[in-house]
Amino acid sequence: MFWTILKKEIATLKCSVLLVLLIFFTLFNSPVWAEPMADFIGQAGVLRISGGTAHIPVMKEVAKLIMQANPDIQISIAGGGSGAGIKQVGEGLVDIGNSGRRPTDNEIKKYGLGLNRWAFDGVGVIVNRDNRVQALTRAQLQDIFSGRLTNWQDVGGLDKEIAVFTRDEGSGTRKVFWKKALAKKVITNKALVVVSNGAMKAGVSHNPYAIGYVSVGYLDKSVAAVALDGVKPSLETVQKGEYTVVRGLYSNTKGTAAKGDREGLTKSFIDFLFSPTGREIISRKGLIPASR
Amino acid sequence: MKSHVKRQARGSRALFFSATVVGGVLTLSIFAFMVILGLPLFSTHSLTLLLTQKWAPDQGLYGIFSFICGTCAVVSLSLLVAFPLSLGNAILIHLIAPRRLARFLHQVVKMMTGIPTVIYGFVGIFFLVPLVREWFSRGSGMSILSAALLLALLISPTMILVFLESFAAIPVSHIRALEALGGTRRQKLVHVILPGARTGIMTGLLLASGRALGDTMIALMVAGNATAQPESLLDSVRTLTAHIALVMAADFDSIEFKTIFACGIILYLWTAILTLSLRHLHFNSTKPSHDQSF
Repeated sequence: MFWTILKKEIATLKCSVLLVLLIFFTLFNSPVWAEPMADFIGQAGVLRISGGTAHIPVMKEVAKLIMQANPDIQISIAGGGSGAGIKQVGEGLVDIGNSGRRPTDNEIKKYGLGLNRWAFDGVGVIVNRDNRVQALTRAQLQDIFSGRLTNWQDVGGLDKEIAVFTRDEGSGTRKVFWKKALAKKVITNKALVVVSNGAMKAGVSHNPYAIGYVSVGYLDKSVAAVALDGVKPSLETVQKGEYTVVRGLYSNTKGTAAKGDREGLTKSFIDFLFSPTGREIISRKGLIPASR
Repeated sequence: MKSHVKRQARGSRALFFSATVVGGVLTLSIFAFMVILGLPLFSTHSLTLLLTQKWAPDQGLYGIFSFICGTCAVVSLSLLVAFPLSLGNAILIHLIAPRRLARFLHQVVKMMTGIPTVIYGFVGIFFLVPLVREWFSRGSGMSILSAALLLALLISPTMILVFLESFAAIPVSHIRALEALGGTRRQKLVHVILPGARTGIMTGLLLASGRALGDTMIALMVAGNATAQPESLLDSVRTLTAHIALVMAADFDSIEFKTIFACGIILYLWTAILTLSLRHLHFNSTKPSHDQSF
């Protein structure tokens, strides 16, 4: 197939995510989609996307389809976290800045952002696969993250120190988790800080005594999802509304859609996320498609 | 003909001069840029508080003291590990190893200088961190120790190469004199090479500490980035460089983001001091060594 080399936008220091992505990108090669991609016919150019790491699996899949259908289009996808996404689209460094939280009113006003919420996503607590603690109450969770409980024994596990993983200040996943699961309680300053959903999963899957949190879209067999107050985070429980640590996933653009100043590739890409094919990809990646 | 040469010389002088000026102005303006952008922060949070308080944004505390401690701990431990290793390695290559082995080792060391630090970070996460966690069965393995060990690996080649260069610069006449007196290899090392290479050894140390100080990726990936004040080598720390990388994504207008400039200024001054002491070292050492030469 036509595998164009993605232009690397080293806009953030967190470009390791991008590197890993590029490798994965070239490894997977699914059959060509039958879905007509009328919108992209005749278009050419580069579309730059960065920001939230929860969005990446969907972005990757959509970009692959588009680039297969039209080799004249190049789409680059970088991580960086929600904060970076909002900042970079605001300053015109990228065309689409993803965020796993709604940009603040201040950010929307300052940059003149247009918001496109195309999916809902749960944020689930994860532990290592070998951990026998796979259910916690909210109170226990808050005590663990605040550093009051420091040993797995206190919640029915082994006599081992708990390694708490959290995300950096710019993370949308962190913000939602802190607000809805921790009820805005303090996160211990002994917590280890990682910079993406992928790094969180890697960290927890390699440390038998770790606890952390990721987008439900990232849950797989390498880590164990922890039931919170009896509800396991999964696509189904989020969909049914049983699991409540949920947030919207946004793809932000400069200028609002209503004013019509989004044009060409950016608009087609966002429209595609709301198309039937787009929605199908979104749910296949463990997220819940949202309507406009 | 002559005037042509002169003109050429003048032309190249102007070129080099302007390059120097541009370089110098850029360096200084980066400093000015950091101070100016940091001003809003310093006007609301006094610098002394920033330097001494703890980091707790939810309580309105934005002190970077623990990051400074973390940086010191990681850098000094890595030097402590890397210095004897590098000195031993350099002595092995220069003095002890048979020629072919020495040449091979020298090539390996040269190659090591080119390895990107993100690779060390990767290896660290998958091999070193679990090892440290299991050996000490305390903490998460993401610690000062892990980061310092990897950093030691990163800075050793720099040190070894500088050491080797300074060994090679020792006047042959000194060594001949000692050999003529029937000196052993050990005497050669202790009485001629090491004293003669003193400046070079200091240079290597300073250069390496600069490299350790400036590295971001290793600390970011394996030191764990916890904001707590470290109490043991197995505690996780956040270095100044890692803090900058982590807070980069925060809102521009937030105070969290502005602490980047405080970190930047400290790193800048720290490096400047290292560079100045290097200069001082060379300035003081070049003259006497010339006078002493036979």
